[in-house]
Amino acid sequence: MTRSTFNHRLLPWVLLAPQLAVTAVFFLWPAGQAFWQSFLRQDPFGLKTTFVGLGNYAALLADPYYRSALWVTAEFSVATAALSLGTGLILALALERTLRMQRWYTTLLVWPYAVAPAISGVLWWFLFNPSIGILPWLLKGLGYHWDHGLKSGDAMVLVVIAASWKQVSYNFLFFVAGLSAIPASLYEAAAIDSAGPVRRFFTITLPLLAPTGFFLVVVNLVYTMFDTFAVIDATTKGGPGQSTTILVYKVYQDGFVGLNLGSSAAQSVILMGIVVLLTVIQFRVVERKVEY
Amino acid sequence: MAAITLKGLGKSYGSGYAVEGVDLTIADGEFVVLVGPSGCGKSTLLRMIAGLETVTKGDILIGERRVNDVEPAERDIAMVFQNYALYPHMSVRQNLSYGLKNRGMSKAEIDTRITKAAETLELGAYLDRKPRALSGGQRQRVAMGRAIVREPQAFLFDEPLSNLDAKLRVTMRSEIRQLQRRLGTTSVYVTHDQVEAMTLADRLVVLNAGRIEQIGSPLEVYTHPASAFVASFIGAPAMNLLPVRLMSGALAMGDQRIDLPPGLLPPGLPEGAGLLLGIRPEAAVLADTGLGFDIAVSHVEELGAARIVYGQVGGQSLVVQVQAGQDIAPQMRVSFPAAALRLFRADTGKALT
Repeated sequence: MTRSTFNHRLLPWVLLAPQLAVTAVFFLWPAGQAFWQSFLRQDPFGLKTTFVGLGNYAALLADPYYRSALWVTAEFSVATAALSLGTGLILALALERTLRMQRWYTTLLVWPYAVAPAISGVLWWFLFNPSIGILPWLLKGLGYHWDHGLKSGDAMVLVVIAASWKQVSYNFLFFVAGLSAIPASLYEAAAIDSAGPVRRFFTITLPLLAPTGFFLVVVNLVYTMFDTFAVIDATTKGGPGQSTTILVYKVYQDGFVGLNLGSSAAQSVILMGIVVLLTVIQFRVVERKVEY
Repeated sequence: MAAITLKGLGKSYGSGYAVEGVDLTIADGEFVVLVGPSGCGKSTLLRMIAGLETVTKGDILIGERRVNDVEPAERDIAMVFQNYALYPHMSVRQNLSYGLKNRGMSKAEIDTRITKAAETLELGAYLDRKPRALSGGQRQRVAMGRAIVREPQAFLFDEPLSNLDAKLRVTMRSEIRQLQRRLGTTSVYVTHDQVEAMTLADRLVVLNAGRIEQIGSPLEVYTHPASAFVASFIGAPAMNLLPVRLMSGALAMGDQRIDLPPGLLPPGLPEGAGLLLGIRPEAAVLADTGLGFDIAVSHVEELGAARIVYGQVGGQSLVVQVQAGQDIAPQMRVSFPAAALRLFRADTGKALT
């Protein structure tokens, strides 16, 4: 590899400019605005804006609805990440044992990732629709009456499944790559070392997949916190009650429906803070623990 | 320790055989090297003994026990892999103890064995390191250690030195040999490097295209190759194989005529039969002893201890090795002692002498 250098001092900046401009216009500027707005309060008619300092934050932390949304988000994120990671891993392991048509399975399993979240939401909404859906009908046969419009547990299961579905593809792909990076000779050595398939999985496969796993946990948590708005909006709209109102959905409800822009902005800032914190903690853990 | 017996062993991957008709008995405590070019089936053969490949036909016996359908773990063998296959997330100590723990050995016994192995292989200082913090040679030792702590019936080596640099390879080669002598464990060693094969083996098994070409001690294989293939594979520089024709009791090659001493030619060969005349480059002498050629020298390689002369004779190229400092003329006479000549059939490659 030869290392090329720019002779002109301006040229690197010119080449970087489009990327920097996009980041500034679509990320830094709105984020800065939201940050500033989180210290302001508007009157009901949008005519007057007053600076309230940390007032919006104090109000949020005192608000039982907001605290409930925090809890719902935690539940939803952990359940979605666990379900999509677990399913992705099982499918990836199954693919390793598949001798024929591996590429077909891979292609089919990656497809859901190309489906827009809103469409996947609607799809699951149809499947689980209490009056016309096929799954409630099947569940009825098992003696369970499904109604995500009334039962908050059902609603949570629905949004978790709908949000996981697409993410399974992503996790599957990464796990397949992670598995194929483990040399076959390690399994052979372990087989000669008297480790059966189960022990091989727990002592060889899992530890060696850990870096992939940690990376995916970060990506999945960020996904569940930021990217699942469309799924919630297309299925339960945060209901019944507040049972599926996760933080990002509450940002939308309070800001765009309730027009409480100051509070909504404060929520965005908190949400971003949570994700940044999670990412930092996890990368620290990844650096320290998963080394070999 | 145990003997290993292969009876009519064959392996097919659907179309044709990768290994076929292998009959071999490896005595208890013997060091056998399987050698051949890449794709000759030597690794497949070793992996079949290890239980990592299924057997298509024939039998494998370790000791008296037929192990065709026995799991690798139950065969009581240990294998050293080409890439070492060390568990990257485990320390050296854990790498060594993994197989023993899985067998349910007591902690005290495991510690004793690891201490002993670490002493033998000078690994004591590295026991708590991860493999990535070790050099190639140290990794190689850990891989060896993982095999010896098991105290198995047999060691199987799959090109274990091919990832090391040339100097280290020579050192590790003699260490492996000494270790095996001391432990007296039956060993099967796969390599494509004929020098490694010659130096390590009690017995060599030369493989070509999935079949055994020759079994014998390194010296037997070197001096009496059973076929033209073995002749060209064992020995460096490779044996010269000159196409010749039998003409009224002598060999004709182009305009050169070689009068063979009586008794060298087996009787019953038809006039005009195509033969290959095999001459080891190192058997050449630069004097006229009656049996030899005039060659046109094309170039000379200087090795310090010797010189390798590339020449042409009767449209064929010929390589001879001469002593250092020997003067080389553009045209010169090279001779060979009659005992150094080998004859092979041109069609089948089988040895005639």
